[in-house]
Amino acid sequence: MNAHRLHVAGKVGRNLLLVLWTLFALFPIFWMVLITFKSDSQMFNTTFWFNPTFENYEAVLFKTDYFKAFLDNIIVSAGAVLVSVVVGVPAAYALARFDFKKKEDLAFTILSFKFAPEILVILPLFMIYQKIGVYDSYFGLIWVYQLITMPLLIWVVRGYFEDVSVEIEQAAKLDGYRWWEIFLKILLPLIKPGLVSSALLAFIFAWNSFTFPLLLTSFNVETVTVASLKYIASDTVHYGQMAVAATVAALPEVILALIIQKHLVRGLSFGAVKG
Amino acid sequence: MDKKQSVQGKRKGGDDYLTSLTQVHWSVKARPYFIMAPALLITIGILYPFGTAIFYTFTNYSFKMPTWKFIGFDNWVNMFTDIDFWYSLGVSLSYAAATTIPQMLIGLGIALLLSRENWFTRILKVVLVFPLMIAPVIATLIWQLMTNTSVGILEKFLNLFGVYGFPWAASSKTALFTAALIDTWVYAPFVIVLVSAGIQSLPKSPFEAAKVDGGSAWFTFKTLTLPMLKPFLYIALIFRLMAALQEFAIIFALTKGGPGNTLMNLSIRGYTTGFQFMKFGQSLTYVLVLWLIIYVISQKLVGKYLLTQKQAAGTDS
Repeated sequence: MNAHRLHVAGKVGRNLLLVLWTLFALFPIFWMVLITFKSDSQMFNTTFWFNPTFENYEAVLFKTDYFKAFLDNIIVSAGAVLVSVVVGVPAAYALARFDFKKKEDLAFTILSFKFAPEILVILPLFMIYQKIGVYDSYFGLIWVYQLITMPLLIWVVRGYFEDVSVEIEQAAKLDGYRWWEIFLKILLPLIKPGLVSSALLAFIFAWNSFTFPLLLTSFNVETVTVASLKYIASDTVHYGQMAVAATVAALPEVILALIIQKHLVRGLSFGAVKG
Repeated sequence: MDKKQSVQGKRKGGDDYLTSLTQVHWSVKARPYFIMAPALLITIGILYPFGTAIFYTFTNYSFKMPTWKFIGFDNWVNMFTDIDFWYSLGVSLSYAAATTIPQMLIGLGIALLLSRENWFTRILKVVLVFPLMIAPVIATLIWQLMTNTSVGILEKFLNLFGVYGFPWAASSKTALFTAALIDTWVYAPFVIVLVSAGIQSLPKSPFEAAKVDGGSAWFTFKTLTLPMLKPFLYIALIFRLMAALQEFAIIFALTKGGPGNTLMNLSIRGYTTGFQFMKFGQSLTYVLVLWLIIYVISQKLVGKYLLTQKQAAGTDS
């Protein structure tokens, strides 16, 4: 009887801790979305019950350049992922299938880009970008985003290639396929789910990038992470608009995360944890 | 276990094929380098400035002035004799500790709680990842809405407990706590996700054996679960620690290093020195030191990780 009580108490305790953490993790997101519908006048004297309004969305999306920042963010993030996929996937294939000198050194060099302090890269790059005229351009940002998207894609996709049995390739070779035909027609379709998920995760990382766009762009190109700063910095009392800016920047990522759920662990750990 | 061996068997069979790819002709030998060349060119193009960074620390280069000259080790001497540098180094280290330690503990704890399969934990494993997907800057924005003293919900919440006007990021006493809270909100899910995957990959039989032997829960955890989770914990630790040592976005969005210089870590000081005081050469010394610290620690940890991975594989078979 006593043991049973202890068991029940343990179960309740465990679930209580989980509920507490879940509240901590999810309440801020709920609160953010909630107050996007609150008018400025209701902000101070209401908590959960109020008359919902869309005026904050109107103000942010139609009366400021926030929507332009949203589009810019899509352009640079998608552009960066596209470049990384086109040149990174063959590189991942080479690392997975060929045996060549300095292979692991090359792989770790690419990985080390992820750990280099962004400010260290930015300071000299700021100067060079201004000299060669790519400062504050889509091209410049897409280029520097390779430091975020390329290591991720190369390392994760390499793992997916390694999971495919070499025998499949041998069989294809016997059938007269050339190596690049094997790559395009046999391997790529096999790793497609993993590749798409890695690309989407790379997109999320690029989308969330802040330091690069803050310091390497100014008026022409602006991302939502940088544009949202205006709402932090100003002494405005438009908290509802601040919430809209955050919601518009955050929700696409949450939806993408739901799509790639199954492959998330593998991507987040750069292929180290297969999940 | 059988599965693993069969995979290895396949690998062995495939070796002939792999060597056939690399031992034939020079053009075949050079092929992997050609395939990798574009990826390397693009990233090394970005890393070239890294080399120039060291060069510029020996100059008085400034964004303000058109000319510059060599000043030898002046920037380095200035930095090491400047108390602000040592203070910033301390901030970087204490920020890393104040974020990484709670995140690892919470991550392990929540992952263990989630290890029981039921409908509740299945849903939680999906939704608890959400904060991790949100940009740190945006997360800071969200928390500023929450901690705002006039409209913030947390003020109302604390009022229930008789606490009024908790200063959050506005006071030097609570700024580090606030930043670490936001950092943990964003990144603890990273540890949770990784360790959860680790727990799921654990073999069942040792745990059943321990149950039969009547080992206590704590004993099982200490002697079985924890050692087997080590590789996963190391991966989480490496990723979190490296990022926490150089955190920029959360601190910048929260206080720009303030109040005063409370949260002025090496990244923020490098930014301030370079982009606000325009002392380019000097700013690079700060971030180079930061890079060196990160490099040394990551080498150590990666080495340890590879070791635990070997050990785990050893006890596995």
